[in-house]
Amino acid sequence: MLMRLISGDRPRSAILTVVLLAIFLGLLLAPFLFPGVRSLETAARISVFILLAASYDLLLGYTGVVSFAHTMFFGMGAYGVGLASQHMGRGFGSLIVGSLAGAALAAAFAFVIALFSLRVRAIFFAMITLAVASAVAVLVSQLSQITGGEDGFTFQIPRALGPANRMGEFMGVSITGKILNYYVIFFTSLAFFLLLLRIVNSPFGRVLQAIRENDFRAEAIGYRVVRYRTIATCISAAMAAVAGSLFALWLRYVGPETTLSFEIMLDILLMVVIGGMGTIWGAAIGATLMVLAQTYLQDLMGSAAEATLAVPMLSRLLDPDRWLLWLGVLFILSVYFFPAGIVGRLRAGR
Amino acid sequence: MSDPILRLEGIHTDIAQYHILHGVDLEVPRGAVTMLLGRNGVGKTTTLRTVIGHWQARAGRILFDGAEITGAKTPDRARMGIGYVPEDMGIFSDLTVEENMTLAAATGPLDPARRDRIFEAFPPLRTFWRSPAGTLSGGQKQMLTIARAMAEERRLYLIDEPTKGLAPAIVSTMAGALRDLKRQGASILLVEQNFAVAKALGDYAAVMDDGRIVWAGEMQELATDAGLQERLMGLSMEAQ
Repeated sequence: MLMRLISGDRPRSAILTVVLLAIFLGLLLAPFLFPGVRSLETAARISVFILLAASYDLLLGYTGVVSFAHTMFFGMGAYGVGLASQHMGRGFGSLIVGSLAGAALAAAFAFVIALFSLRVRAIFFAMITLAVASAVAVLVSQLSQITGGEDGFTFQIPRALGPANRMGEFMGVSITGKILNYYVIFFTSLAFFLLLLRIVNSPFGRVLQAIRENDFRAEAIGYRVVRYRTIATCISAAMAAVAGSLFALWLRYVGPETTLSFEIMLDILLMVVIGGMGTIWGAAIGATLMVLAQTYLQDLMGSAAEATLAVPMLSRLLDPDRWLLWLGVLFILSVYFFPAGIVGRLRAGR
Repeated sequence: MSDPILRLEGIHTDIAQYHILHGVDLEVPRGAVTMLLGRNGVGKTTTLRTVIGHWQARAGRILFDGAEITGAKTPDRARMGIGYVPEDMGIFSDLTVEENMTLAAATGPLDPARRDRIFEAFPPLRTFWRSPAGTLSGGQKQMLTIARAMAEERRLYLIDEPTKGLAPAIVSTMAGALRDLKRQGASILLVEQNFAVAKALGDYAAVMDDGRIVWAGEMQELATDAGLQERLMGLSMEAQ
C-alpha cells in the first residue's frame, strides 16, 4: 500500500528514510507538536514550497530544462485564487475556480513558451522564460486596478478556514479554521507531491530521464523529444500554479513580492539543487531546509552572538543582521560537499 | 539488386561548415547484411546518422522500403522500423537495464519471448536486469545497445562499429548475436572495422572514400581479392 502510494520510489537510504519520515510527521502533526503562530506559518510555507520545488524538479531534474518562469506560474495560481475570491466572493467555489483557472492559464502559457523555444538550445529557452517572467511581473505591477499593483491585495477566504471558526479543543490545542486551513494546504500539497512521484516513475517519466541524458538517443528509438518536453513543462507549470493557489489561500493576500519575485525563483533553484536534482524526494528536503534556515537562522545566530559576547570578532560575525551572509556560506558549503544534492549523497552511501 | 530496403541517391550532408558526404549512392538489400567499409573519417558514421535523421541531407533522396524519408524526423524514421545502434555505447545510464529495454520497445510493451531471446544472446543482461545501466562494463553496455535495437522487430538495423574497443571474448559474443539476427532474416547496414567479423557476417559490401561510395558488390568478391582491398582501403583483409 505504502509502496504504491510512493510509486515504488523508495528513498534507498536509511538516513534518508528517517529524515523524510521526520519531515512528514513534523508537518502532519505540526499544529500539535509545535503550537504557535510562527511555527504553523513555517509548516505551511514548507508544505507549499515542497510542492513548488518538486514541480520545478520535474522540469530541471527530470527533463533537463532550465526555466526561470516558475514563479510566474506560481503567481498565476496565487492571483487566480485571489482574483476569484475577490470577484466571486468568499467561498470554496471561488477557491476551486481560481485554482483551476490559474493552473489552466499556467499550462497554456507554458505550452506557448515551450512550442516556441524548446526546439532550440536550452540556453535560449532559459532566456525566453526569463524575459516572459519579467514581462508578466511588470504587467502585474502596471495593471494595478486589477492586481493591486506593487502592493497586491488581500481577500477573504471561506469562514470555515478563518481563525474565527473555533471547533473545540484536541490534545490541548484549540482547533480553529486556521488549523483546518493548514490541513487543506498540507494534504493538497501531499496529494500533488505523490502525483509527481507517480509521474516521474511512470513510463512517461522514464522517457523524460532518457531525454535528459541524451535527446538524440531518445529520438533514435522513436520518442518525440519536443512533445515530451512540452508536456513536462505544462505539468510542471500547472503544479506550480497549484502551489501558488495554496500559498495565497494561506496568506489571504497576493502581491508580486510574495509570488512573482526573482528571489523566490532563486530559492526554488537552490532547494532543488541542495536537495538533489532528479529526485522528487530531494525537493522535499531542500525546501524544508531552506524554509527552516530562512525562518530560524536569524534567531539561532542571535543566541550564538549572545553566547559568544566574550569573543569580540566572533560575536560580531554572528550578529543576526549578517544572517544572509551565513545563509550564503551554508549554500556554498552544501553545494561543495553535496554536488549531487543531499539525496544523491545519501543514496551513494558516502 | 531488386527492391532494396534502403536506397540512398546522391546524398550530400554537411556538418556545420564541413561538407562530409559528397553524393552517396547506396543500396541496402532486404534480408542481408551489407558492410559499410572504409578508413576512419571517410563518412561511414555520417552516412548512418543521415539515414536515421540526426544529420539532415542537404541534397539527394533517401528511400526506405520505397517511401521517401529524406525530410522525415528521426522519431518518425525510428517508428517506421529503422533501429539505430550508435558507436558510443548509447545507453541511458541512469535507467536500469530493464528500463532501457522497455523504453526501446517504443511502440508497445516488450515481448517476453523476445526478451528471452535477448537473454540467450547476451546472458549478462539477465544478471544485471534491474541494475542501473551506468554500472555495466563497457562490453555489457555495448550488448545492451544492440539488445535495445532488438527490443522490437525492425525492418532495418543501422549498426555502427559494434565491436570497437571490446575484448576478444566480447567481440565473439557480439558477432554471435549479429549472426543470430542475420539468421532471422534481418536487413542490416553494418559499419565494422574488424575485418574478420566483416568477412564472417557480410553478404554485401560498400566501400567509402572521401564521402562517396567507391565500390559496391558482394562481400565474397572483396574478401578474396587482396588487390581490390589494397586499392580501395589501403590494406588487405588477409593481413587481419
